Amino acid sequence: MRFSATLRSFTQHSAARLSVLTAALLLAACGSSVDLNPQAAAPVDDRTSGAAGANAGAASGSNLSSSAIGGANQSSKDDAAYNALIKVVYFDFDSAQVRSEFNSGLEAKAKYLQADRTRRVKLEGHTDERGGSEYNLALGQQRAEAVRRSLAVLGVSEAQMEAVSYGKEKLASTGADETAHAANRRAELSR
Amino acid sequence: MLGLAHESTVIALNTHSPVRRNALLNAARLSALGLLTPHWVQAQFRVEVSGVGLTQHPFSAIVFRSSAGVPEDIAAIVRADLERSGQFLHVSLPHGAWDESSQPDLTPWRSRGVDVVVVGSVNPMAGGRWDVRYRLWDVLGNKSLGGVSYPVSTQDLRAAAHRIADDIFQKMTGVPGVFSTRIAYTTRSGGRHHLWLADADGQNPKSVLSSTEPIISPNWSADGARLAYVSFEAKKPIVYTHEVATGVRRLASNQRGSNSAPAWSPDGGRLLVTLTLTGSSQIYEINPQGGTPKRLTQSNGIDTEGVYSADGRTIYFVSDRGGSPQIYKMDANGGAAQRVTFQGGYNISPAPSPDGKWLAYVSRLGGGAYRVHVMDLQSGSVAAVSDTSDDENPSFSANSRMLVYGTKFQGRESLMTTTVDGRVKTRLITAPGEVREPHWGPLLR
Repeated sequence: MRFSATLRSFTQHSAARLSVLTAALLLAACGSSVDLNPQAAAPVDDRTSGAAGANAGAASGSNLSSSAIGGANQSSKDDAAYNALIKVVYFDFDSAQVRSEFNSGLEAKAKYLQADRTRRVKLEGHTDERGGSEYNLALGQQRAEAVRRSLAVLGVSEAQMEAVSYGKEKLASTGADETAHAANRRAELSR
Repeated sequence: MLGLAHESTVIALNTHSPVRRNALLNAARLSALGLLTPHWVQAQFRVEVSGVGLTQHPFSAIVFRSSAGVPEDIAAIVRADLERSGQFLHVSLPHGAWDESSQPDLTPWRSRGVDVVVVGSVNPMAGGRWDVRYRLWDVLGNKSLGGVSYPVSTQDLRAAAHRIADDIFQKMTGVPGVFSTRIAYTTRSGGRHHLWLADADGQNPKSVLSSTEPIISPNWSADGARLAYVSFEAKKPIVYTHEVATGVRRLASNQRGSNSAPAWSPDGGRLLVTLTLTGSSQIYEINPQGGTPKRLTQSNGIDTEGVYSADGRTIYFVSDRGGSPQIYKMDANGGAAQRVTFQGGYNISPAPSPDGKWLAYVSRLGGGAYRVHVMDLQSGSVAAVSDTSDDENPSFSANSRMLVYGTKFQGRESLMTTTVDGRVKTRLITAPGEVREPHWGPLLR
């Protein structure tokens, strides 16, 4: 996968620079302690101080683009029509049930995806901000999977779809009221 | 030791000067690598002590006799460390200009019931280094409990203070101190996401990773050499591991669907992760070097947040198999699950203590508040350790005496530490943006 290769080369480059720096910091930090009173009732062990705080690695600036998937030979006219199709499905509180109001939108989307098997769709589940990040990731996944199943029933190939979750990491609305929560309980259909 | 009742107190402590630190390092180069201490670190931190009936060691940390230009207040750092532990109570008394070689008159401290007095000094050495010395005095026995000298560079002055606090904690309680350990956490601010490693008092943060996409669920390996975490940099949740000393990063799990909730096995050979290969979130064991994931849970619903007990024999996890998210446990190889939490309809984020006595987790209360609770695994009794409403991600210190967790303070996500009984709390970070997802690292030997 292209993404992995990019990551690896980035990491190696960064690591090489870092190991030099880390070694320098470690050297600077080393030094053994001296017992001031060896005959004291409760002598203190000889030990090394420092170091612990100095060796944090860093691999900053990771800014990788997504693995670009999408139709290859689409005309701009087709793209415009495709882009006009349904992009978000909203959910009730504590629910991963696709509401019937989204059926026609998903049918139109499925028709395009069936007509062109080179097209891909990523289904991203989201939740509102309440609760834990990991549990919300699992709840968001249920919403993405519900949309995936709906599209599969409508004839879209599993190979064209990937269901993933952002949990509460990408809120559509940052408010704390029910309107904001409702806007956040969603699955996004992205390319 | 004395049983003391006391009122709530708030102690504000000024911390170090970042200007001096920067002058000693190659600022531009470190900045490019993300290692530069950010400007907000000089902010104050606070120790908030509340509650009554605590049994604490009364102590005094005498101002260390310091040469001009020492950029850290060693005595203040030692004092804040010990107070934050909840097991020490600071007593201030007028005193002379003592250091580790003095024979102080301990009579005033004896009459105030103080157990130990710490005295010391900081003096310059060749090459811009510092000699940090201290001696601990047993007030009742009127005798020295030993002294140590730590020769350190300027950037390790705080580390030396934490070592001194660790020494004192160990001597007085018989349990290792955790003041030299580190905490991993993430921030999001202005569209940037960072993974940080900071000292246990929240100071000295180092950026490990910076991204335009979210980073969550950092998890330390038991030896402190590696972190695992979830990054969305490829527009989906993928699990990475990260060598702390070198910054070398490896892809650990990039299966179809979502990859999340990494947790190291105690021996560092395996990772628990949550994968969605079957269309629902399930717990798998993987070799972080690669290989086929081994499925450990079998349900049609949500199974996630798997975490090993310290002995590696049990996995605690969250499942909605009973209709609501609850904490269960199972054998480390999978198999039948046993429900662990029974109070309330939403219990998540299990964190077993290293000594095997406690299980911390987040429970949603009737009014919608999410609060850290601690279960005594022997008796099954449960107590809330916070009175806040948006708690997340509790994790134990290596000595099982304290917890760190995320919560909201004045509308912003921030980190708190608390004693296991909930009586002594500290707010750790005053960074811009939302501070979250803490995981407390192990003792480094």
